[in-house]
Formats: sequence, C-alpha cells, structure tokens
Amino acid sequence: MSVRRSTSPLHAARAAVGCALCAALALPALLFDSPLVLGAVVVAALATGAAAGAGHALRRALLLALPFALVIALLNPLITHNGLTVIARLGEAPVLGQVDVTLEALVYGVVLGLRALALILCCALYAAVVDPDEVLRLFRRVSFRSALTATLATRMIPVLQRDGRRMADAQRCRAGAAPSRVALVRAVAAGALDRAVDVAAALEVRGYGTARRPPRVRAPWSRHDLAFAAAALALVALAVGGRMAGAASFGTYPLLHGSWGAGAWALAAAIVAAPLLPFLDRRGVEPRAAALAAAWGRR
Amino acid sequence: MTSLALERLTYRYPGASAPALDDVTLRVEEGELVVLAGRSGSGKSTLLRLASGLVPHVHGGTVNGEARVAGMDVREHGPGELASVTGSLFQDPETQIVMGTVRNELAFPLENRGESPAAIARGVEEAALALGVAHLLERPTHALSGGELQRVALAAALVGRPQLVLLDEPTSQLDPVAGDELIGLLRRLNEEWGTTILLAEHRLERCLTAADRVIAMAGGRVACDADPAGFLAWAHDHAPALETPGARLLATAGLGPPPVGVKQARAVLRSAGALPVDGSGPALLRAGPVTGRGDFASGVAKSSSPVPPARSASRSALRLRGVWVEPRGAPAILRGVDLSIAPGERVALMGRNGAGKSTLLRHVAGLASPTRGKISTGGRVALLLQNPNDYLVHERVGEEVVPEALAAVGLSAFADRHPRDLSGGERQRLALAIVLGGSDVEPPALLCLDEPTRGMDRAHKADLAVLLGRLAATGTALLVATHDPEFAAAVADRVVLLADGAPIADGAAADVLAGGWYFATETARILRGAGGALDPDAGAALVRAQLAEHRPEVRR
Repeated sequence: MSVRRSTSPLHAARAAVGCALCAALALPALLFDSPLVLGAVVVAALATGAAAGAGHALRRALLLALPFALVIALLNPLITHNGLTVIARLGEAPVLGQVDVTLEALVYGVVLGLRALALILCCALYAAVVDPDEVLRLFRRVSFRSALTATLATRMIPVLQRDGRRMADAQRCRAGAAPSRVALVRAVAAGALDRAVDVAAALEVRGYGTARRPPRVRAPWSRHDLAFAAAALALVALAVGGRMAGAASFGTYPLLHGSWGAGAWALAAAIVAAPLLPFLDRRGVEPRAAALAAAWGRR
Repeated sequence: MTSLALERLTYRYPGASAPALDDVTLRVEEGELVVLAGRSGSGKSTLLRLASGLVPHVHGGTVNGEARVAGMDVREHGPGELASVTGSLFQDPETQIVMGTVRNELAFPLENRGESPAAIARGVEEAALALGVAHLLERPTHALSGGELQRVALAAALVGRPQLVLLDEPTSQLDPVAGDELIGLLRRLNEEWGTTILLAEHRLERCLTAADRVIAMAGGRVACDADPAGFLAWAHDHAPALETPGARLLATAGLGPPPVGVKQARAVLRSAGALPVDGSGPALLRAGPVTGRGDFASGVAKSSSPVPPARSASRSALRLRGVWVEPRGAPAILRGVDLSIAPGERVALMGRNGAGKSTLLRHVAGLASPTRGKISTGGRVALLLQNPNDYLVHERVGEEVVPEALAAVGLSAFADRHPRDLSGGERQRLALAIVLGGSDVEPPALLCLDEPTRGMDRAHKADLAVLLGRLAATGTALLVATHDPEFAAAVADRVVLLADGAPIADGAAADVLAGGWYFATETARILRGAGGALDPDAGAALVRAQLAEHRPEVRR
C-alpha cells in the first residue's frame, strides 16, 4: 500500500495535519470499549478514505483486516474464562483446560476485533493519504535517520510488491514444473535483501550519509490545513470529553453493561461527521507536492 | 584540477580470486568527457563505483594504491562525502529511486546538502527542464516507465551540478531517440558547465562523437587510453568487439581512417568517391537488398525476402486481430493492433519508451487479457521478460532447468554454480533455457523476448543473435522487443515499429531500419539507407561495388 496522490482536500493538507487527523481518529478506538464508538471509527475511516479518493485502498485493507479481527473475536472466548453468562460448555481441551464460552468474553472478543479493525483502517488511511516524503521532511529535523528509516520502510512495501509481481510473472513463463514454495520464498527474500542494499547505495550516493539539518519550509496554512486540523482537534475533544463525561461507557465483565442512550449515539455520529465535514470545501484543491513547490517558488 | 586520479590502484571484491581493478593508473582532468569502453566484467562499473565511493565503503573488499576524487582520498571519504562533488547513475534506475514523487526525488540530494528552499526549487526546475522531465514532476515514481525512471535518476544525479558525473550505461533502457538526446545533453553539460563526465557505455557508436577521450578496460586493466579516433584504430587491431559499426564498415571496405561518427564516415566515403549522391545512388540500388551477417551474427542464415513471409503464410505462429488494451482510468496502451507472424519468422518490435511493446508481449504470452480483440497462437508461447534474475530461484544452475536445455544454451559447464554468480549474458541465456524448457515440454511456436540485450556487450549480443538464429531455424517464430537497431538488424527478417499503441511501420528489416533517422543502424545512417544495407559487411560490399564502378581497377 502506498500514498495515492489525488486532488482531494485531505491530500491538499500538509502532512502534519494528515498525521494528526489519522491519530485523532484512532484515539476514540483506544479510549472507548463501546462497539458503537468503535464502529463509528471504522465507518469514519472508510468514509474519509472514500471521500479522499482512496476508497479502493481502504476497502482492500478492510478485506485483509477482517479475518484478523474475526480470529481475535473467536479466540478471546476460548482463552478467557471471565463473565458469568455461559452460552456453551466445550469440555476439556489440551492446554486450555475446561472451556466454558461466556457471552461476556464473546462480546469482549468482538470489541477487541473491532478495535484492531479500527486501528488498522486508521493506519491504512494514513498510508493512503499522507505523503511519506513530507513525513520525512517533517520529522527529519528532529531525527533524520529514524525518520528516513521509517519512511523507507513504508517505501519498500510497494517496491517489493512490484518485484513480487514481476517474479510471479516470470514463474508463470517457466516451461517446466513450477519451483517449490520454499525456493520461491528464498529467492524473494534474497531479492529483498539485494533491493535493500541497492537502496542503501542509492541513498549514499545522493548524499544521505552526510545529511545536514534540512532547511525549514514555512508554507502558509491553507484552508484545508485549517479545516482538517480543526477536525482533528474536534475528534480529540470528542474522545477525551466523551470519556470524561462517561458517554458511551461500556463494560463486559462480569456482566454486560453500557450506555446506549442519545449521548452515545451523538458521540458516534460526531466521530463520523468530524473528519468528513472538511471535504465539503473543495476550493483550492491541488496535490500537496505542487502546493509545496509553489511555496518554494515564492521564496 | 584533476577530477579523478588513480595511481597503481588494485581492488578486489570480498572473496574474489581475481582483482576487479588491477594496477590501474589514470587521470581524468576537469571538463573532460571520457567514455569507458570494454566488455562485460572488464572493470568499468567497478571503476565508477570506486569513484563514487561505493567501493570500498559499501561493497567492502581490499584496495591497494591511491584513488582521489577532486582531491579527496576515496579510502578516507565515503560516498556521502563524495556526493558533494560527484553525481552517480548506475545501471538499474529502479533501484536508485528513493522518494515518492519525481519532484521529491530531485529535491532529495539538495536537501541533504542543506540548500535553501529557493535553491532547491530552482535546482529542481532546472534539472527537470534539462532532462525533459518537467511534465513528470508531480508523478509518483512508482508509476514511471523504465525510460522515464532513467531520466529522473539522471536528473537526480545532476541536480546538484556535481563536478564529476559518473554514468554506468545511462542509455541502456532508453529508446534511440531518448538515448541520442541524453548524449547531446551530456555534451552540453560538459561544454557549458565544464562538468567532467565519465561514461561507461556498450553502444559506443552512440557516444564517441561527444567524447574527448576513450579509456578501454580489459581484465581490470587499462588496455587503451586515447582520443576516439586513436581508440578505434586500437580496437580494430586488438579488440574488434569494441569497434563501432561505422569503423568496421570502412575498415572492411579498405578505407580509413576509422571514423568517429556518421559525419566523418560519410566524409571518408565522399572523398573516396564511394558515397551515393543521395540516399538511393543508382549503383547501390542496382546491387539490391543485401543482408550480410558480419557484425553480430556471422554464419546465421537469414531470409532476405523483402516481403515478410507472414503475409503469404496460411498458418500463423501468432495472429492478433484488433487487439485493444484499455486500462481503467488510463489511456489505451494498445489500439487495435493487427499482426501476424509465420512459423520461423523473426520479427523485431521497436518503438519509443511507452509505445506498448512490453504490453503487447505480455498479452501475447497470456500474462494478461486484452480488453477487446483476439489473440491466437500456433502453439506454446515462451516469454523472456526484461530481468533474467526474476526467473532464478534455485541455489544451483543445474536445478533451474534440465541438462539438455542447459546444453542448448551452452551453459552445461556452469551447472554447479550459483545462478547469481553468472555474468549478465550468462544469466540471460539461463533464463532463456528456463522459458524454452527441454524435450519434456512442447517446443514453443513463438518465443517473445523483451529487451534481451539490455546491458549486454557487443560480443554477448552476437552470441544471443546466433542462439536465436538457430532456434528460428527449427521453426520457432521470434518476436523481439528491442531499442537496439543493430541487434534488430542482426536477428530480424521483419521490423514492426510501434507508436502510441499501434503499428506505424511493418516491413522487411532492410526497408524499415534503412529508412529512418533514429530507428536505423549506423551503417544505414552512413549510407542513407542505400541498398537496404544494415550491417557493416553488407555496407562494405556496397561501398566496394560503388568504388569498383568509379574505379574499375578496384574490380581487379
């Protein structure tokens, strides 16, 4: 997965704002156990991705994350013995001992699965809408090498995907029997190592080894920067405020309990609406790189 | 000031039995444009990597002797420090792109130097304009074609206006038009900015006219260090594989001195009275189409029929009818292609970067399905993709393919070697053996090859041409996508020129390759297409005929 540059208000916002929005969107998923709030974060991430023109990437991430979330949801009731409402007695099992599946453990598994799903989608949203080059530029003033390492790790994913596709095509062209999976995995791993060495050499000859502190680029805040920054702040306020006010409280042990009132629904609706509202204003939308270049040009 | 100075330098890669550079002493002065010539494995790339500091700092190994770049000792200063005075471009541009967009890629070296935003913006714009990539600035780097990547990587190497530019086969992925443009640009940089350029290249005919000096490497040593004319004279006597087609044409015709480029060759012919007044001199036309095999593949029989056999054949190895490839949300790549290839026919597919050549081959081989139209084949289609490394997945060459297939490509002696230890040309042959298979699989009706000579020296190309000729003689049709007109002339009966996803020329090789400016061999450009001569031996035969007509004593 890699950033797909398109002309959406979110792509037009600076990387710091994009990062902040994704982090703010993930915050309610970390602070709340309520399936309603967790579901709202999932919906918000998908809707934000779709509004930014990255719906395909988010959909793919969803399909990849769903089995993972399902496994978490199914495993939890098998290994957790908390909860008072037994819904199935599965008897003795090696390692696990007596397995009594409780409703509470099952629901908590669903909560954990939903949380994993929400966090994965927030990460996918970040990967799809925030330019890693700008993130590098943002953080290199603080820690150049760490920022570059992190950014290149993101960059290697599409590169290795492309290598993998090429290799798969080549294997389809073989005349004889297909090679074993072990041989293929070994070749792919060796290729990835070669690729890493090549990238390291490229970085060296571009002067990375002696990188100086990069110049600060003071680009003016655009309407999209301001709008999404406000959305991120609103999400943080909603999450922290809602948590402190006890809105959408939810617990599973020993018995299920929680708040499903208007406050909880309002909080969920606000979490979905906050990141979407800035998309209503599409004036001055341009890819971020072009905006940055224009800012440089003005200097 | 001296840009590069080596004094009795010997370098050995870790674990290597022989040195890659052996007792090399040379100096490259500021403002020189030096071409590094030599066969694969002669030490050209190692020399460039030494000058960029990758050797020994990234690759390891042992260095004896002295190496200085702009006064900096290479052993003490790593590639990061040397990057302040050098710009480097190596063979595979895909491995040299590190940022997400073209603009960021060009800005990266300047940011690393701590340049001001204004200097970065200006540097990026100027480099983009100079390399013709200004329209790509906002494009993601993962969406660029091979040729575009090459130009972007070169722009990134030049953006900091380095004192010394190190280029390892920069034209290997470029079409002839872009390749010529690039050499012209390097000459301009050299003349206007005084940039020192060290350029390793196999297609010498493309760059000798721009060079001040040629250093020929052999076995890690400097075999020749002379001006281009002196180098060609040396090559004629000591390294025929490095001779340019133009020099070989004149030498075979008994004329001299060896010409550096088309203009000089024509001047020599003109002064000898052997140049047709126009492109279709009467004496040469009477000689008819000639298809010598001298330069690349002597001994390979090739049809000289001016009419492509496919048009008269009832049975086809390949038949495309109205094939369209229209990706969602992107312009069409193939636009209603009609093409037939007869069994045993040898077709070269040429065209600019992005014309649709690779896409056509992928669809013919069944790796993808066309949006519209029909593709039918006379049997199995084998496809050799651009990068032979993608086929190599085993620890031993012998495990990759059955012994008889290995023998067919002349690699039986390497059965116990690791595939990655083979040279580029040997890997290409091994990959060819993998796609062809042994007697346990049906022989292919059609063999498609995508840029098979990328990065190959002239001798390896000749070997490949011979191998393909033998294969075609057994009835397997060939469809070779290539940017190399000399190789196309050596292997093909017929040339299809593709532009913007559709064939714009389809005819006998002698017709298509003799009539163009860019998609033409050097021999054809020297003789302006006369007699359809494409290679030096055919050209020399025509020149001798012309001389004999003007000077009857030549006949005797």
